[in-house]
Formats: sequence, structure tokens, C-alpha cells
Amino acid sequence: MDDLLAARSQMAMSLAFHIIFAAIGIAMPLLMIIAEWKWLRTKDEIYLTLAKRWAKGTAILFAVGAVSGTVLSFELGLLWPGFMGYAGSIIGMPFSLEGFAFFTEAIFLGIYLYGWQRVPPRAHLFAGVMVAVSGALSGIFVVIANAWMNAPTGFRLVAGKPVDVDPIAAMMNPASFPQTLHMTLAAYAATGFVVAGIHAFMLLRDPHNRFHKAALAIALAVGGVTSILQPLSGDLLAKTVAKTQPVKLAAFEGQFQTVQGAPLRIGGVPDETAGITRYAIEVPYALSVLAYGDPNATVKGLNEFRGDERPPVAVVHVAFQIMVACGVAMMLIALWAAWRYLRARRDERWLASKWFLRLLVAAAPLGFVAIETGWVVTEVGRQPWIIYGVMRTSEAVTPMPGLIVPFVTFTLLYILLAIVTVWLLLRQVAASPHAPEPIAKEAQLAA
Amino acid sequence: MPLETIIAGVMIASLVLYALLGGADYGGGVWDLFAFGPRARKQRTLIAEAISPVWEANHVWLILVIVILFTAFPPAFAAIATALHIPITLLLIGIVLRGTAFTFRTYDVQRDDVQRRWSLVFSIASIITPVLLGITLGAIASGTIRVAGGVVVNGFFRSWLAVFPFAVGFFALALFAFLAAVYLTLETQDRELQEDFRLRAIVSGIVVGILALTVFLLAGEGAPTVRAGISRTWWALGLHAFTAVFAVGAFYALWTRSYRLARICAAAQVTMILLGWAFAQYPHLVEPDITIFSAAAPRITLQLLLGALVLGALLLFPSYYYLFRIFKRGHEEAQQAQ
Repeated sequence: MDDLLAARSQMAMSLAFHIIFAAIGIAMPLLMIIAEWKWLRTKDEIYLTLAKRWAKGTAILFAVGAVSGTVLSFELGLLWPGFMGYAGSIIGMPFSLEGFAFFTEAIFLGIYLYGWQRVPPRAHLFAGVMVAVSGALSGIFVVIANAWMNAPTGFRLVAGKPVDVDPIAAMMNPASFPQTLHMTLAAYAATGFVVAGIHAFMLLRDPHNRFHKAALAIALAVGGVTSILQPLSGDLLAKTVAKTQPVKLAAFEGQFQTVQGAPLRIGGVPDETAGITRYAIEVPYALSVLAYGDPNATVKGLNEFRGDERPPVAVVHVAFQIMVACGVAMMLIALWAAWRYLRARRDERWLASKWFLRLLVAAAPLGFVAIETGWVVTEVGRQPWIIYGVMRTSEAVTPMPGLIVPFVTFTLLYILLAIVTVWLLLRQVAASPHAPEPIAKEAQLAA
Repeated sequence: MPLETIIAGVMIASLVLYALLGGADYGGGVWDLFAFGPRARKQRTLIAEAISPVWEANHVWLILVIVILFTAFPPAFAAIATALHIPITLLLIGIVLRGTAFTFRTYDVQRDDVQRRWSLVFSIASIITPVLLGITLGAIASGTIRVAGGVVVNGFFRSWLAVFPFAVGFFALALFAFLAAVYLTLETQDRELQEDFRLRAIVSGIVVGILALTVFLLAGEGAPTVRAGISRTWWALGLHAFTAVFAVGAFYALWTRSYRLARICAAAQVTMILLGWAFAQYPHLVEPDITIFSAAAPRITLQLLLGALVLGALLLFPSYYYLFRIFKRGHEEAQQAQ
């Protein structure tokens, strides 16, 4: 493994690991404050228990997220000093703002987790709201920096150096809004589905447990609404990519030829040497319509671009297909859930179907699969550039030799952390089925 | 005052706050390892209760230092991250293990063997991390990171694999342990526990003194420019005088069990030491090739960053005050109410 590949692998692995904790860190506080708010309104103890249980899981995940995020902020320089030395002054701004958002998040999470007995209920809920808001803002600021790498604005190049730097214009780059919207929705959708899946699993074992019913309803509401909105933000983002990074859009679709009225491909295997994508279901004109709103619009193919300016097509295309498939599945499940809920007129019977619960269990990981593959699409799709059209990844990498060593070290460390985290969370889940319904309690005693 | 100097000042202030707050959390880990005697378990519980609600917030000061560094002085960040790749990578592993082991310990089975295993990881990481942080800062001060044409030219080992950076590393560890012991005297009403940490504070304070002298002597060879700055200029004498006053004050306060005074003196002492280093190195960010002026980002970036820092501070300090009022004054108020 050469050093560039090792550096890219380490960055990819660090990001792939961190994004899970980051997404949960954005979404869990929202679930917690909804539960706590319902407790304050209904005085139903079940919601307080729920908020506290969720808070415990969040505490573990937040700690792992905080330290793995720290690793990333250093890795920007450890692995890509060429990038940071060049871009720090242009794109450091959102990172600085993220610093303060993270500060706020950490402070109020401390109050939220350890302050149940120390602050009045409303102040406690307020701390939760601060965590939820600053968590979302943290994510948005970091994604803005990534959006700039895709659609760099706010500077001019003179003799290879950036001049006329305008950090505000850099933050307002065309990819910022669609990318932050897409990622923020993804965080809520993915987390909502995982949490819903866990509680659906517990409900299958213990169908009368009101605790899990309440939990499932909140998680599915958050995950479901965002899943239904997500395809719209995806469409907006793809349209931006079509404008700012046409080669990336061509890689999404495995589109080699430049054509008018390009089809949308479902599935398929791109063959880069032959320059065609085989075995795909083609929906005529659909790509031209989706990307440009016109069935006869011309879509640039990969063949328009030099070989050393194209991303690895097969990886990007397949990852894109998986992401879209997961997103569509989640949207359909969310619509089905909404239909069941409305038909049952908010009665708890909407959760009574075993098949519905089983489907939710099966769908639990889909959101995170979509997040991981989505970032593969974004990052691999931008290659060979670290700053699209401006700086190549190979120009940014550290001269440090032997980068396979830190890559392997961090990989082993993160595998270990993942195992422990999962194990601790399983303990939390296994300990959680408090069943306040008397019948269920007796059943538990009998068991 | 030039904008570069103001931003560098904020960066140093963040580093000082990281040392005073985050540093003490590492120090807590040190005392977790060295918990002994009849009250070992109580000591560990006290340390955990003191750290739990605040360590994540305290940790963010380090992130702020890094973010200011790479936004305002990007080439300096690139040079430091390149030349010190190895110690910084080890530092990160320490940060990861410290934070996760501490959290895992809280949420894992409350059985002695399990708890002891996490404690061991937590406390050893709490010892290694400050040493590596000190090594990193020592290497930056030592004048051995050479940069020509924006490229680091003297390898990945020379600048930090030396006596001086390691001495700074152990000095940092001693300072953090000292701070933690002093702060912990105020975290409990239990007289015996207070005495335990008072003793630890006095012992680690003596070690701080010895290591301070060692670092100063080694700096003659190991960091000549900074040493010259520390020992020759007029303001250096002032800073030395203050450092000495606070050091003596801390011992006096510990001796007379005036723990609040001890906390103020210890924090002031550490602040003076870091300021002394910063002033001696000014205007160099990385001795001897990078200054805050040669590495500065364009003016507009510095202006916006300063604006963000001011606004951020307006949000941050009240929140931080609120956090500490909730968790760090609780027992004192409770006592007054009784």
C-alpha cells in the first residue's frame, strides 16, 4: 500500500467511524427532548424513564464521537498538510464556528446528563434543546467545509496561490445548502430508524410494553418525517452536482457517453475499460429530467474528461445505487407507517402488526448504510481532487513515510472501540424493558 | 496591537484554559492510578464525580487551539503536523483511550475487576497524553523544526526525540497532577479526603519545582532562543517574580489549608509559566522559521475569525459559568444552607 492510499484509507476509516457517532449525536438529543417534553406535559413517568435511558446511551456514543472528532481535526494536518496549509485561511471559518457549537454541545450535554437532580425541570429541558441545536449546527458547519471542497468559491488563483480570499463567500458556496440539508436530514432519518428498529425488536419479545411503544412512536416520527423529505433534498443536491461537478454526476450514473435525453440507470456494473455500464435497468430521459428538468437536456459523459480527472466510476456508481435504494426503502416504510398511524386514528393498535415490527427491525441499519455509502459517493466521487478542480489529493498528502502504520493502528483501535461500544449499548438495551403494565410485569416475574 | 498578535493571544489564552481545566482532568487520571491507602476507593469516586460532567467541555479548548492555529496560521499548522506527526499521532491515541475508557468505566458492569481494567487504561492514558502534549510544545519551542520554502526539511524524529522536549513532557504531567490535586481538595467536605489530596498537592508541587528548574537548565541547550527570551528581557523578570510569588503562595495556602487560595495560586502559577513561554517565543510560532506574521492568513480571515471568537466567547463564557455553577459549587452551597 503506497502512502497516498494509506493516508486516504486512514482518513476514510476515521470519517466512516466518526460519522456514525456524529449522526447519532445530532439526532438523539432531539428524541430525548421530545420524550422529556412529553413527560413535562403528560406527567407520564414512562417518558421520563425513556429520556433517561436514551440519555445513557447517548452519553457513551457522545464520548466516542468527541474523541474521534478530535482525531479528525488533527488528521486534517497530519495527513493533508498541503491542503490545510493552502485552505486553512479560506475554510477555517466554519471549523471555528463548529468549535463553539461543539463547546455549547459539550457544556449542555454535561448539564443534561448529570443535572437531573440539580436543575429545575424546565432548565433541564432547555439544556437538552441547546444540545440538540448546537449538535445540528456542529454538523452543518463541518459539512459546509466539505461542500467547499466540492464547489470551491471565495478566492482567486494567482500563480498557484489563493488571493482575494473571502471566507464568507467560501461558506456560501453552491454545495453548502443542499449538502448540509441532505446530511442533517440523513442524521435524523438514520438514527430514527435504528432506534425504532431496536424498540420494535423489544416489542416483538414483549408486545404489551408501553415503554417501547412510546419510544418507537417518537423514533419513527423523527426518522419517518425526515425519510419522506430526504429524496427531495437528494434531488436538490444531485442538481447542484450536475452544475458544479458534472464528472461526478456522470460517475453516479455510470454515464460514459455524452447524450441528449440521458436515461436514469437502476443497478448495473460500469466497465471502465470498455466505457459502458452493463446490466442496468434504464429509465429513458429520466436523468436529463432529474438533473436539468428537461427530457432533452444534454448530460456530459465520463468520456468528456481526461482519464486522470475522473473518479473511480464503479465504486461511485455502486455506492450511489445502494444509497438511493436504502433511501427509497426508508421513504416507503415511513409512508406505510404514516398510513397505519392515521388509519388507526392514533390508537396504539398501529403498532400491533408483527410484520410491521419485523420490517422495522430489518430496516434499522438502512439509514447508516445510506450515510456511509453516501459519503463514499461524495468523497470518492470528488477524486482525484481534494479541492475540486484546484488541488489534487496527491499534492496535499504529507511527506511522512510509513503511513500504513498509523492507518493500521487507528483501524485496530476503532475496531476495539466499536466492539466495546456495541457491547455496552446491548447491555443498556437488555436492561431497559421496564414494563409498567401490570400484566407485563407479572409475565416478567413468571419468566 | 497587530491583529496577528491579538489572535495569537486568544490562541494562547485557549491553551492556558486547556491546561487549567482539561489539564486538571488528566491530573485526575494520574491520581486515579496513585489512589492508595484506606480511602483509595473514595479517592477514585471523588475524581470520577469531579471529572464526569465537565471533561468533554474542558477538552474542547484543545480543539479551539487547533482551529485557531489552522485558520489564522495555516502554514504553521502544516509544518507542526508534518514534523511532529509521530508524537501528535500518539497524543491522539492517548486522547481517545483516556476519554473512552473513562466513559466505558462509568457504563460498564460495576464489578471490581471490570472497573479496575478500565481504570488502568484511563489512568495510564491520562499520564501518557500530557507527556506527549508537553513533548509537542517542547519541540515547537526547541528551534529544531526547520522549514524552508514551506516544506519541513529536517525529518520526522529530530525535532522531538530529544532530552528537552521529553523534559517539558514530564513537566506538563507534573503541572497537571499538581493542579488536579489542588482542585480536588475543594471537591469534597470529607476532611480525610481533603488531607489526602493536600498531601498529593504538596508532593507534586515539589516535583513541579524540580522539573521547572530542570527544564530551565536544559533549555540552554535544548531551546536556546526561548531560554534567552526567558532570562534576559525586563518583562521576563516580572513574569518570573509572579510565578515565584504564586508558587510560594500555593505552598503557603496548602500548608495552612486555605484551599481556595491554593486553587487561585496554582492556576495563576501555571498561567504564568505558559505566558512566560509564549512571550519568550513571540513573535515566533515555530522557532526559528515561522512567525505569526509570516504564517498569518489574509487580513479578512483574521478579522472574521476575531469576530467569531468574540461572538463565540459571549455565548461560551455564560454557558461555562452555568456549567461550573451547577457542578462545582453544589456542595459548598449545600453546606451553607445547612
